[in-house]
Amino acid sequence: MTGGGRIGGFLLWAWTALVLAFLILPLLVVVPISFSSGAFLTFPIPGLSLRWYATLWNEAVWWRATANSLVVGTAATLIATLLGTLAALGLARASFRGKGLLTAVLISPMIVPLIIVAAGTYFFFLRLGIGSGLVGLTLAHAALGAPFVLVTVGATLKSFDANLARAAAGLGAPPATVLRRVTVPLIAPGMVSGALFAFITSFDELVVALFLTGPSERTLPRQMFDGIRENLSPTLLAAATILVLLSVVLLSLAEWLRRRGLKNRGIRA
Amino acid sequence: MAQQATLPISGHELPADAQSLKARLRKSERTNKWRAFLFVVPLLLFILITFIIPIGSMLYRSIDNPQVVETIPRTAAMLADWTPPDPPSEDVFKTLVAELRSPPDPAAIGKLAVRINYEVSGASSLFRKTERRLKRLDDAAPYREQLIKIDKDWADPELWAAIKSLDSPLTGSYFLAATDMTRNVNGEIEMQPGSRQIYLTLFWRTFWLSGFITLMTLLLGFPIAHLLAILPLRTGNLLMILVLLPFWTSLLVRTTSWIVLLQTNGVLNDLLVWLGIISNDNRIRMIYNKAGTVIAMTHILLPFMILPLYSVMRTIKPTYMRAARSLGATQWTAFWRVYVPQTLPGVGAGAILVFILAIGYYITPALVGGQDGQLISNMIAYHMQTSLNWGLAAALGSLLLGAVLVLYFVYNRLVGIENMKLG
Repeated sequence: MTGGGRIGGFLLWAWTALVLAFLILPLLVVVPISFSSGAFLTFPIPGLSLRWYATLWNEAVWWRATANSLVVGTAATLIATLLGTLAALGLARASFRGKGLLTAVLISPMIVPLIIVAAGTYFFFLRLGIGSGLVGLTLAHAALGAPFVLVTVGATLKSFDANLARAAAGLGAPPATVLRRVTVPLIAPGMVSGALFAFITSFDELVVALFLTGPSERTLPRQMFDGIRENLSPTLLAAATILVLLSVVLLSLAEWLRRRGLKNRGIRA
Repeated sequence: MAQQATLPISGHELPADAQSLKARLRKSERTNKWRAFLFVVPLLLFILITFIIPIGSMLYRSIDNPQVVETIPRTAAMLADWTPPDPPSEDVFKTLVAELRSPPDPAAIGKLAVRINYEVSGASSLFRKTERRLKRLDDAAPYREQLIKIDKDWADPELWAAIKSLDSPLTGSYFLAATDMTRNVNGEIEMQPGSRQIYLTLFWRTFWLSGFITLMTLLLGFPIAHLLAILPLRTGNLLMILVLLPFWTSLLVRTTSWIVLLQTNGVLNDLLVWLGIISNDNRIRMIYNKAGTVIAMTHILLPFMILPLYSVMRTIKPTYMRAARSLGATQWTAFWRVYVPQTLPGVGAGAILVFILAIGYYITPALVGGQDGQLISNMIAYHMQTSLNWGLAAALGSLLLGAVLVLYFVYNRLVGIENMKLG
């Protein structure tokens, strides 16, 4: 296909356009309907209005759900970023026996089916007395988010020039100073992008939340899930539209960080 | 190191201070290893406590079987020499009544009843009914006839066979149930009749639907990853952002979108009616069935296929293709014989990743799968939340986790988890 016939090139572009449309259009379909003046999810919409956004604004449950999600997401991200970064530094620093297995264990939360995580943490946290509530959910989400930090920081460390840290140490900087003044600034883009992944993982996680939270600790995904099951209203689409907007912001942030990270390491992108 | 090598003396003749230098180097390397490991310890402990141990103890429920051994141990032991089909002797009944009259804790009989009920339906109400009448039994007359008079199920050999088979603190019966097998009265393992083979059917459906979804993501993703990889970096990155956007969008938002699009009075059907392609009474059913699960999951998992493909394709040098062409290969041969084999690591990585994620899906099938689009996770959730048969949920979960871990191992061998790409 490379440099191949005009028809091949055209087909490739056409296919790409179709697949991109398949990826993007479904996200956009909620946007116009959320501005509908009618109560039904029909298209074309009868008229433009902000009434569903007004409804959303006035519903206390959505605010509480948002607040819960932000609290859990932030706390889980902090834990995941701290522990994940430390572990990535340790794994990059030396090779020892069983390192592969250790890494596999640390990354496993990424691939274990969520229903199994949910069932496991449900029983275990119940016994610890944190079975229902935001504490247990935060801990579970931190475990789910930490592998992302481990992977992104690990990737940054791979192209990290260890001579910089050695030079600093050779010039008399104690290890803590080397870490704080040389290593961390250089791996910061990896940390932040890992943190973003950890945050979105928590912010979007529903299965564990279904098991670990009661009605008063509803998170945003839980609120949406109940909404979809009970009554798919335009209010829900208004919330969905805001979340699409949020994903655009987060993606831009992640992309900006990635480019900064590449630039810092002298790679042109 | 290089300087040491030029020294004219060999290892065993090293002067004392050089010997100690070597020892010090080794020591410092060892310290370094330990220090590195110490950095990993916090996360390791955290993952152990909040993840591995909880999951492990949950999965233990799939073999944990304390009810019979703790509540009616002597009765169960006496059943060792009982043979069906006649109900056991008066002695067994006498022991049973004695043990039911003095349970180790007030809830024990209820738990026992529920446990036996998993094997023989109806056992739960049988035990409850009997428990209520225990006080009124005539201690002078034989218990055997009295119990059978309370409920003739006490004469059912299947009930006694079940109690006998549960006389062990660990059991394989949940795993038997999870693979549609059961023990007959004689204690032999046999398959459930075809119409009752729900779990194997569900595992099979989960695997083939996940395989199909993986194939769809590959078909959709391969050309686009190829185009992104050969485009100039700037344009490629721009298009890549479009691939990544759904990746960053809430799963529930994407699922909502598909419902809005595909339901019978949804946008797509509206459009088709408006265009006159279908009539208003013949709206197509595209969601709340297998199709719904496949479409929504393909959409959600597609980026996980494109990313590894792209990162492998970027490293493929176009010169190989050109060489093949100049040696006389047709466009198709060059593509199929030279280009595609080089993409296989990416295909493998993407396919395994998508498949692993797909077989554990729960939310999307629950919302858009209807009846026939449910996967094994949904059944685990059902036994966790509705039927409360946690042992069976744990057995199904163990089988699912086993499959995932095997694939994870293969993935690790193939790609190395530390090479996982996250956009």
